[in-house]
Amino acid sequence: MAEVVKLSVNGVSVTVARGAMVSAAVAASGVSAFRKSVAGEPRGPLCGMGICFECRVTVNGRAHVRSCQVPCEEAMEVRTDG
Amino acid sequence: MRASYDVAIAGGGIVGAACAAECTAAGLTVVVVEPGPVGGGATAAGMGHIVVMDDSPAQIALTLYSRRLWIELSRELPADVEYLPCGTMWVASDEEEMAEVRRKKQVYDSIGVKAEVLGPQALAEAEPNLRAGLAGGLFVADDSVIYPPCAARFLLERAVSQGAAVRVGERAAGLGRDGISLRDGTLIPAGVTVNATGAWAPELTPGIEVRKRKGHLVITDRYPGFVRAVLIELGYLKSAHSISADSVAFNAQPRRTGQVLLGSSRQYGATDTAIDPHMLRRMLERAREYMPGLGELTAIRAWTGFRAATPDKLPLIGPCADNDRLYLATGHEGLGITTSLATGRLLADQLTGRASAIPREPYLPGRKQEQHG
Repeated sequence: MAEVVKLSVNGVSVTVARGAMVSAAVAASGVSAFRKSVAGEPRGPLCGMGICFECRVTVNGRAHVRSCQVPCEEAMEVRTDG
Repeated sequence: MRASYDVAIAGGGIVGAACAAECTAAGLTVVVVEPGPVGGGATAAGMGHIVVMDDSPAQIALTLYSRRLWIELSRELPADVEYLPCGTMWVASDEEEMAEVRRKKQVYDSIGVKAEVLGPQALAEAEPNLRAGLAGGLFVADDSVIYPPCAARFLLERAVSQGAAVRVGERAAGLGRDGISLRDGTLIPAGVTVNATGAWAPELTPGIEVRKRKGHLVITDRYPGFVRAVLIELGYLKSAHSISADSVAFNAQPRRTGQVLLGSSRQYGATDTAIDPHMLRRMLERAREYMPGLGELTAIRAWTGFRAATPDKLPLIGPCADNDRLYLATGHEGLGITTSLATGRLLADQLTGRASAIPREPYLPGRKQEQHG
């Protein structure tokens, strides 16, 4: 069995394979709206490679982290505002 | 198009727009000539801080008068002007700067400007993201922030509603005794012309004492609440007044959007618009000395602009000494957003023979300028 890490997304525990990106963990937690646009519209990952900035979430209290660029770590706390 | 205007204004930045709004309100016929987008020069580059400054009695008079005009206008400003009455926090890092806080407090008390002295603990509570160990601050509650390009557009629209003509995309080539001549040779006839072209004013009026003073700014992504008031280090007084050397100072500003706008830098002799990585780095390092957490934020854009600097740090408002049909409204340095409204009012006073609310002699172009600072 692959090595796994356990983190929380909006307070809900999620387990993913080590090496998975935070965006995958957020999606696995069932959240599709990662954040809201300035106009209040839901936003989620588009490019998956750090260019579009649509997948930003708060990681361990740090806002505007591109979730597609950050590997999951044990006990990480992720928040979305979608 | 009418045969002739009372006033032809070169420059559709916030100063030109305020002059147009005030002149039309006073019953004059006005045309504004602006080569680029309205408010696309220093107006778009600046921070939009409405602030009472106390470098000299004349600067106090102009900024205080103009701040009052902004407060009166604030109820009418559309949402996109992003008026934010957040106040200014002058930050003191040591006892020498606390002495300056107390001096400033006395000045503000004497002119009826609300100001509150904060000790280290109160400062930390007011602005939790400042570093520990600062000496204190002075909070000036009635200062504010606006988004200047939209304010310029609002003022110009007001002028148009009062009958002004606006010619965007046309460049004034000369300001003559009979009006503004355009690049293609067209003459826009007018009784008087006004040079409101900011740092570019000497191109149209050679010989006036206005120099470009370059500045850099950076804006972050949205971090609501990270900065609450406009924060300015009191060391700014030392750096902003230095006439020759390049300087930086900590200046952080909250925007209605939740973004943080970061300044400031000052350079004479730098005339190209490119970002100077060395100055940008110095500026951001200075900011991080005061707010270490800034290093964790994401910056989304950096840009430069040119202040229109005069030797005595006061703008030029009024007729040229050698040509009473040519008026100047330039030289506002880093205070053009604050002082635009008073500039427009003083100009309209002069053109209509009205009395002014404050003495206008300190800003007349013919004054003897002494190097200030």
